Amino acid sequence: MFGKKKTEEPARRDGFVQRLRARLNKGDSWLTYDLANLAPGRKIDDEVLEDLESSLVMADVGVDATEHIIASLRKSLARKELKDVDALYAGLQKIISEILQTVEKPLSITEGEGPFVILMVGVNGAGKTTTIGKIARRLKDQGLSVMLAAGDTFRAAAIEQLQAWGERNDVSVIAQQTGADPAAVIYDAYESARSRNIDVLLADTAGRLQNQQGLMDELTKVKRVLGRQNSNAPQEIMLVLDASLGQNALVQAEKFHDALGVTGITVTKLDGSAKGGILLAIARKLAIPVRFIGIGESAEDMQEFRADEFADAMLRPANQVEPAT
Amino acid sequence: MFEQLTERLSTAARNLSGKGRLSEENIKDTLRQVRLALLEADVALPVVKSFIERIREKAVGEEVGKSLTPGQALVKVIHAELITLLGTDTAALDLRARPPVVIMLAGLQGAGKTTTAAKLARRLIEKDKKKVMLVSVDVHRPAAILQLETLARDVSAMYCNSSASEKPEDIVVRAIDQSRRSFADVLIIDTAGRLHIDKEMMDEVVRVHDIAGPHETLFVIDSMAGQDAVNSASAFDKSLPLTGVILTKADGDAKGGVALSVRQVTGKPIRFVGVGEKTDALEVFHPDRMASRILGMGDVLTLVEEIEGKVNRDKAEKLAKKIGKGRGFDLADLRDQFEQMLNMGGMAKMLEKLPLAGKVNTAALNGAANEEQMRRQMAIIDSMTPGERRFPKVINGSRKRRIAVGSGQQIQDVNRLLKQHLQMEKMMKKMSKGGMKKMLRGLPGGGMPPGPR
Repeated sequence: MFGKKKTEEPARRDGFVQRLRARLNKGDSWLTYDLANLAPGRKIDDEVLEDLESSLVMADVGVDATEHIIASLRKSLARKELKDVDALYAGLQKIISEILQTVEKPLSITEGEGPFVILMVGVNGAGKTTTIGKIARRLKDQGLSVMLAAGDTFRAAAIEQLQAWGERNDVSVIAQQTGADPAAVIYDAYESARSRNIDVLLADTAGRLQNQQGLMDELTKVKRVLGRQNSNAPQEIMLVLDASLGQNALVQAEKFHDALGVTGITVTKLDGSAKGGILLAIARKLAIPVRFIGIGESAEDMQEFRADEFADAMLRPANQVEPAT
Repeated sequence: MFEQLTERLSTAARNLSGKGRLSEENIKDTLRQVRLALLEADVALPVVKSFIERIREKAVGEEVGKSLTPGQALVKVIHAELITLLGTDTAALDLRARPPVVIMLAGLQGAGKTTTAAKLARRLIEKDKKKVMLVSVDVHRPAAILQLETLARDVSAMYCNSSASEKPEDIVVRAIDQSRRSFADVLIIDTAGRLHIDKEMMDEVVRVHDIAGPHETLFVIDSMAGQDAVNSASAFDKSLPLTGVILTKADGDAKGGVALSVRQVTGKPIRFVGVGEKTDALEVFHPDRMASRILGMGDVLTLVEEIEGKVNRDKAEKLAKKIGKGRGFDLADLRDQFEQMLNMGGMAKMLEKLPLAGKVNTAALNGAANEEQMRRQMAIIDSMTPGERRFPKVINGSRKRRIAVGSGQQIQDVNRLLKQHLQMEKMMKKMSKGGMKKMLRGLPGGGMPPGPR
């Protein structure tokens, strides 16, 4: 059985990279589409860099991070290192990978006293509940026991949505009624998980906009309450970010980080035509580890984040992707 | 980011001051800042480019009004153009059709369609006195149907039951029939969130649309959306004959440049803005407010206009004349000034409208010059004789006591007022002419505000 799993793993991963590449390159205005359209052998000059600058901005990379990337390419250009499109492409990929490398730190579930608690936070509609469903599935496949806490007691039917995921993955869900205190729900869930020797507790919370102080305070209370039961809990505070968001995603990351000390980020909805370029800005500014990226609806469409993979997928033109075997 | 942008604009605009006419040269730097500002507000790049071009054409040669600095003049041009682009038509929903009028909501996952459906229902029920029925054809997301059912109960709308095992098309047919039989005026259809590049799902929503034949098809989009919003908006617009847009989560701190992008790409009016989690948090879209927000300018323009409009020109000129003739600035004049300040909503309100508001401690200022205090000081002046107002020097101890009692204040308050007047009189003497008008221009609101440093 173990042998079988090992042989399957790389195949699945390759498949994922293919899909990621194909998906990140949907749409017709992405970097290398423009780069590829440059006549081969064309000299790289300021004009080309300006076009590239526009492409980066259109990928939501943001003005500051874009300026950083272009400035560094300009330096290479001055040193005559960028002879042709290929060299430019390589240079660009290097810079992007370098920025993202700092945040490539997969989530590791450490064993300790009591369950490993993952507290999911984010703005409304980011995809927290769906991400919980996917992570639960993943952890179960790894042989860990999982429990879910329905901490979103505000939105109508949020509890039922989580319960549906629980049923799908055959995982128990601890819930109270709508309107209950989320800290109390999560407290109960923790107690229950501990007494049942559960490995991982995934706690859902209601979506909230980062500028709503009262709601942010509610989250710090949840964190405090968990900390009282076990000074290590929550071991992971995961911010879920929608890849289609623009520059406000950086503000989100900053504010949630200030309030709670975010320990990991999961980027969702990368299966659209949005490129999630804001990740570069977040990596540069906050250096919060990026744990997972989601590129589709099914549980297998979420994988660990890898910097070079992501950079490659961002840059390589879709037509250069080898067909999946 | 807000501050950074304001700073950018102000610095650029300050460099503009003292030039009588806007020219290609002197607006170049400001336009660059505006470009960056728009990009940081998530306005899509192609939209930004064409916008800057239009501004350049409109602004060059524009004469700078007497009461404005060139920086303000340019900001005014930009602001006006933004409003035009965002749509001067604040079109409400068109419900003039044979009931049940069908409204359909579509958009990406997590945009806020279900919440918006409930908000819209509540608005139509409470404001327009309509009988509204809600139905969900979201058979994909777990518990989405239940979410709408719960919300329908909350806003006391009628609800057409559906189940995740049904086909969306079948649900629509049943819902239309049911809404007709229960004499609903409006039927709101909530669809599943979908990616614009997911062909299968886009085909589904088109089929639902064909069967429902909605009178209004609204595209729901998150105001935090980034550059890709132009792609999703145009894809939805191509597949469905959209009639309008609803912008959600505008109570966040995103600048909402997506409003401009979507409006430009689809050409469809933005109908409503979602501004909170509660079901009553849906507002009619105001292009002017959104324009200010995208530019991150606070309400500078509103302030400029208010100062221009509300300061009573006659009184200001009379005062100017008086001081010009060498006659003093007396307590009656001070009272007039208090009145004008109150007209504009007091210091705090004025400061709130400035983009630097975040940095200024308005509470502290409130203490120093709040409305209440101005009213009290006016009462003190009202308790004086005309002679005392004209010649404050005659006010001695016993007169002070009388004034204090008459206005219900303490003697110290009277003293403070007299001292304040003395200082202002000195200031006035320094200015040869101009009076209130000039003084106001000296205030942060009169000129472009200085950087918040």
